[in-house]
Amino acid sequence: MKLEELNKIKKEHEQIVKVRKIVASEGEKLAKKTGYRKQVLVCGGTGCTSSGSKKVIEALEKSLKANGLEKEILVVRTGCFGLCSLGPIMIVYPEGAFYSQATPEGVERIVKEHLKEGKIVKELLYEETVHEDGSIISLSETAFYKKQLRVALRNCGVIDPENIDEYIAVDGYQALAKVLTKMTPDDVINEITASGLRGRGGGGFPTGRKWSFAKASVNDVKYVCCNADEGDPGAFMDRSILEGDPQCIIEAMIIAGYAIGAHHGFVYIRAEYPIAVQRLQKAIDQAKEYGFLGKNIFGSGFDFDMEIRLGAGAFVCGEETALMTSIEGNRGEPRPRPPFPAVKGLFGKPTVLNNVETYANIAQIILNGSKWFTSMGTPKSPGTKVFALGGKITNVGLVEIPMGTTLREIVEEIGGGIPNGKKFKAAQTGGPSGGCIPALHIDTPIDYDSLLALGSMMGSGGMIILDEDTCMVDIAKFYLEFTVDESCGKCTPCRVGTRRLLQFLDKITSGKGEMEDLEKIDELARHMQTSSLCALGQTAPNPVLSTMNYFKDEYIAHIKDKTCPAGVCKALMKYEIIPAKCKGCTLCARNCPVGAISGTVKQPHVINQDKCIKCGLCMKNCKFGAIYTH
Amino acid sequence: MTESSLNAFKGTIAQERKLKDVIAKHKDMPGALLPVLQEAQDIYGYLPIEVQQMVADGLGISLSEVYGVATFYSQFSLTPKGEHRISVCLGTACYVKGADKILAAIEEKLGIKSGECTPDGLFSIDSCRCVGACGLAPVMMVDDEVYGKMTPDQVDKILDKYIKKGGK
Repeated sequence: MKLEELNKIKKEHEQIVKVRKIVASEGEKLAKKTGYRKQVLVCGGTGCTSSGSKKVIEALEKSLKANGLEKEILVVRTGCFGLCSLGPIMIVYPEGAFYSQATPEGVERIVKEHLKEGKIVKELLYEETVHEDGSIISLSETAFYKKQLRVALRNCGVIDPENIDEYIAVDGYQALAKVLTKMTPDDVINEITASGLRGRGGGGFPTGRKWSFAKASVNDVKYVCCNADEGDPGAFMDRSILEGDPQCIIEAMIIAGYAIGAHHGFVYIRAEYPIAVQRLQKAIDQAKEYGFLGKNIFGSGFDFDMEIRLGAGAFVCGEETALMTSIEGNRGEPRPRPPFPAVKGLFGKPTVLNNVETYANIAQIILNGSKWFTSMGTPKSPGTKVFALGGKITNVGLVEIPMGTTLREIVEEIGGGIPNGKKFKAAQTGGPSGGCIPALHIDTPIDYDSLLALGSMMGSGGMIILDEDTCMVDIAKFYLEFTVDESCGKCTPCRVGTRRLLQFLDKITSGKGEMEDLEKIDELARHMQTSSLCALGQTAPNPVLSTMNYFKDEYIAHIKDKTCPAGVCKALMKYEIIPAKCKGCTLCARNCPVGAISGTVKQPHVINQDKCIKCGLCMKNCKFGAIYTH
Repeated sequence: MTESSLNAFKGTIAQERKLKDVIAKHKDMPGALLPVLQEAQDIYGYLPIEVQQMVADGLGISLSEVYGVATFYSQFSLTPKGEHRISVCLGTACYVKGADKILAAIEEKLGIKSGECTPDGLFSIDSCRCVGACGLAPVMMVDDEVYGKMTPDQVDKILDKYIKKGGK
């Protein structure tokens, strides 16, 4: 591949992709030039695939054929648009009409009325994109997208991830060409260092410095690794990038290889992500075919090749030394650092390991310069961050925001608020290693340092919104159960400590807790933080400490009053009969599996709390709403 | 019949040949054990000790090393799985939306616990951590089919579909 060839491919495909990016009126003129009157983009990410986008695409293609439109309408299967809760998502360009929750039946109508006759089917559009007067506003003007800034996700939902030409059309591999023909390895590292890019996997270590350490290590063999073992439950940023724009990761890894002097790369990816694995493999094959991977790339004399290794379901393998041990074919247990991977990493060789989202920023920084990058975000955390927004929030999905955006903007504007009129209670970030941000701190600007100061952490980007119905002790217990399961067992503080912490929480949520347990938890947690071998154990107490810090009253309610204020912890729930409402129909008493309800016919009944097993059958059966829980 | 003879390993010659090809393909690759075990599990459906022994012999490493890796990762199973594999997502997004209640409903319906297989071999239940369909929480999967926005009372209807289809 030569630069001229690259530019030729770019020119050939540029207009097709441009139609999806510019305003409708200009798009129409451009669309004519491309040979396709309209383009239909359908999300093929995991979220939309799960809600049936495959059937939608099949119905679309069938219907286009039946109407004789298949030559003038281009169908593109893209990666994630972000609004996963409204899937399957379908956008028609040049109008930019955004159809949500598409169904095969709806598609029939869209083909007939919109694609054939040119009348947009307004009832099927995402309601936020339709004004009261019936006019359509563009997607970028909706509350969900308005405050977002897409850098890492720039191509997700825009290009066909399985077509390398479309990636080239949006400046793909221009950064690599620039690096290999015009820059020295030091230039590359200096540019990345100047950009202030920090590791998006959660730790926030400066990427440029990491690369410079690996470059400084003298060795005949070095490696570049990509951490795509996204293990935080509730996080799917990396998966979406790999599904929507796999080529940008390949390009960045080649650039990293050139910068540190490595010629081989590994992507360690979860086996539970079949779509991402398949698209990445296809992307690697195409990159090889085009000569971006292989020998003498762009005639520079630089060689680079890469392969995929599948993870096998171990959360600890997200830790860098454990990940490398796993690629080596062993139990994925971490090892002490130093030596750091930059000195002695994979197969004992100097290694750079970055997370998917970190790599997704590299090509843009090279092309636009570090100044452009630092113009976004905050001084200490430049750029953007992708969050997987989930839990009790209206717009569940993927969002990318400039660092420094407040939690309130994310929850209330982008996220569309809490459903069912409930109150916001806290946001959990950083998954099992992080903590929660309570409503009190909702105006905190999100960046690495502000989250740490609040006792949480950025983490890889999972953000779970909790409402008033969530019990904070129960949430802490949920994460502890996770870390107990996932602790690799190598070091004692983590192996035993996580279990002991969980025992305390079990005790508290079953109504047997004592006040001194809280002190014991605190002491144990501090020991684990300082003496565990890797980040898994060091951060495992965070969910408990953070909820204890902000929601101590809930812990105390469980211990002293033996109640669960959110009504979640079953053992602490009480079923009681309201005498005024009870007609004495005996239905509850007859249905109680343990005979805990007594009373005479036509007289109010009573529940014996010592016998009650809290199954809830009585409440379910009562026709008069006379039974309540508290 | 004793329990052990019920679960006795029954491998076919064709499976063994496939496994040998896989081992030969990976033998010289650094870090071959994981990919070999992954493909071995695809061939046999699980990793009984007999298969682990074949992998150990083929790669020239000890059985204890193979066993150590096979028991470390949650993807690998040492016991057979059901014909239909149910997995309930217990990731955070699903958990806060009541995934535990979905799991309980399935356990109650089938009379087995998570991690177990029904006596007739039709179903096995596992909990998993995030299938990445958080927009549809809570989510369960039966084989490759995803069922989103689940409620406990939908469990009956969905599983009955598979029960009607019956065994192979």
